[in-house]
Formats: sequence, C-alpha cells, structure tokens
Amino acid sequence: MINWIWFILLAGGILLAAYNNDAALVTDAILEAAADAITLVIGLLGLISFWSGLMEIAEKSGLTALFAKLLRPFTSRLFPDIPPEHPAMGAVVLSISANILGMGNAATPLGIRAIEKLDELNSEPGTASDAMCTFVAVTTSSLTVVPITVIALRAAAGSTDPAKIIGPTLAASAISTLTAIITDRAWRRPISRRR
Amino acid sequence: MIIDLLEAISRWAIPVIVLGIPLWGLVRGVRVYETFVEGAKQGMAAAVRITPYLIAMFVAIRVFRVAGGMALLLKAVTPFTDMLGIPPEVVPMALIRPLSGSGALSMLGELLHTYGPDSLVGLTASTIQGSTETTLYVITVYFGAVGVTRARHSLPVGLWSDLVGFLAAVFICNWLFGS
Repeated sequence: MINWIWFILLAGGILLAAYNNDAALVTDAILEAAADAITLVIGLLGLISFWSGLMEIAEKSGLTALFAKLLRPFTSRLFPDIPPEHPAMGAVVLSISANILGMGNAATPLGIRAIEKLDELNSEPGTASDAMCTFVAVTTSSLTVVPITVIALRAAAGSTDPAKIIGPTLAASAISTLTAIITDRAWRRPISRRR
Repeated sequence: MIIDLLEAISRWAIPVIVLGIPLWGLVRGVRVYETFVEGAKQGMAAAVRITPYLIAMFVAIRVFRVAGGMALLLKAVTPFTDMLGIPPEVVPMALIRPLSGSGALSMLGELLHTYGPDSLVGLTASTIQGSTETTLYVITVYFGAVGVTRARHSLPVGLWSDLVGFLAAVFICNWLFGS
C-alpha cells in the first residue's frame, strides 16, 4: 500500500503540474523537499542521539524493566509476542507514555528506540512483526491526555479557555486508539494463519 | 485545577526524566556517562538510517501539494463531508494531517485566527489536531529506522484510525459546543 500511496502522490502531482503546464513547480518542489528532509534529519540527529543515550542508562540500570513490570497486566495483553522481561517491552511502554503525555519532541526518538528493540525480536527482517504493527497502530492513533501544542496555539490566539479541548480530545483520541487496536487485531489473524 | 496539574506534568515531564534516569543509574552503580555515549551512538545510526525514507516521502508529498493535489482531493470528498454535516472549514486540515504535521499545525493556526479559538470551528479544529496523528511520517520514520519495507496492514490501520478520530472529534464537538 505504501508503494501505491507514494507513487500516486508523486505521479498525481506531476500530472496536475503538466495539466497546468508548470514544470518548474515540480522541479522546485523536489529540490526544496529533499533539502527540508535533510534539515529535519539534522535536527532529529541530536535529539534521537540524546534520548537513545538516556534510554541506554534507563535499560542498564533496570529502570525500563521496572516500568514495564508495573504495566504488565495491560501490556502483556496488548503485546503477547514480547517476552515480559525483554527490554523491548520497557521501551515500548516508555514511548507510548511519552505520546500520551504530549512530549512531542521526545516521543519520536523514544519510538525509534522502541522499534529497534522490537526488531531484535523480529524473525523476518524487512517485514513488520505483529508487535511492530500493534505498536505503530497505537502510536499513529495518538492517545492524547495533554495536547500541549494545541493548548499553546489556542492561548496564543487569545482563547478565553485554551484547555477546554482536553476532554473532547481525550474522548476522540481514545475512540481512535481503541479502533486502531481492534482493527490491528482483526486484520493480522488471517495473515498469521496463512504462514 | 486538574487541568493545571496535567499541564504542569506535561511541561515538567522532560526535565524530571532527564534528571531522574541518570540519578537512578548512579544509585544502581551504572557508569552513566559511558553508557549514555554508547546509546547515543546507536541513536545516531538510526537517524542516518531514516534519511532516505524521509527524502522519498517529503518529495512525493511536496510535489503533490504544490501541484494542487490537495484541492482536487478536497473537491472529491466534499459531497461526503457535507452529507455528514462536517464543517467544511476543518476538512482541508483533516486531509493534510496524515501527510504533514507542520502543514496541519499552520492550518490550525489560520483557523484559530480567522474564526476565533472559542468558536465551534476553532474548538473542532483543535480537537481534530489532538486526536489524529501524522501517520505517514510516523510509519516512514519508525519503519525506516529498522529497514522495514513491508509495513503490512500498518498504513491502512493508521489512516483508518485517523478517519475515526476525525469523525469522533467532529461529532463530540458538535454535541458539546454546537448550538
């Protein structure tokens, strides 16, 4: 599916530009977007390295394992394929927590760290494992308790009650996360059986 | 009161964690500096690994956007969103959301400015932003970091849950704040 989305975005854009007879638009966009990707990576490079370093301390000191243990009743049901003692479980739990707390900048590095640990358990490199799919499903459905960026934007726009959206956001994101978990489960069963 | 507390937790989570982890490490006899450097090295490698995936996705999304692809997509979904009673003002933001986080955030800023943050449009747009995710970016970065090219059902599940989050946000706000 990702191949098709990628191709449709690219081909659709170029065909539209051709329809409007504006080739420069495409060439400029390619140049700018490629450069923007590098700018983003440079910003992420420091941040990912920092959080990876911190997480290494958390793992070596047994903190992630402790954290994972506390939430085991919940996580062992969500991720039956991850051995409870494996560092992947702690990393996954920390990454999801960072997302829930709205720690935007730290959430991506923690997520990368977690998926690297999940890859150690992956029997088929290059193909997403069941646990990876569940983890990504939970992350992309964004369970949010404190949407801090949105609250800040609302305050800046002169809202009389910037935090008014916390309740509705929690409810709507809980619905979408639940949907993601259920869909992920329902979808993967037939695939695993086929193997 | 509870909201202030939640905001304080969100604001202080990072400093507290950054102090807490090395402190706990020291107490448990971990060589914190050397361990940090070792982990940071792995992080650096991961950041380099995601680069080609990001370039591929950024270029495709940008070409589509500058050529007016979003306007076309908007035209295609408008009959359905009208039928469901979704405010037309928030639809462009919802469409861009899975593709571009900064794009959606700047559109939210514009909506808050134009309609006011406490209007129904402003409240709905704010709720949509919090209950959806930059799905394509998350999948690109996460799977890119471990070289996964076969994402299986991750992408449809992510996009589907964005749609559900979007619809939930619209209906909850209509119900709570609608006249």
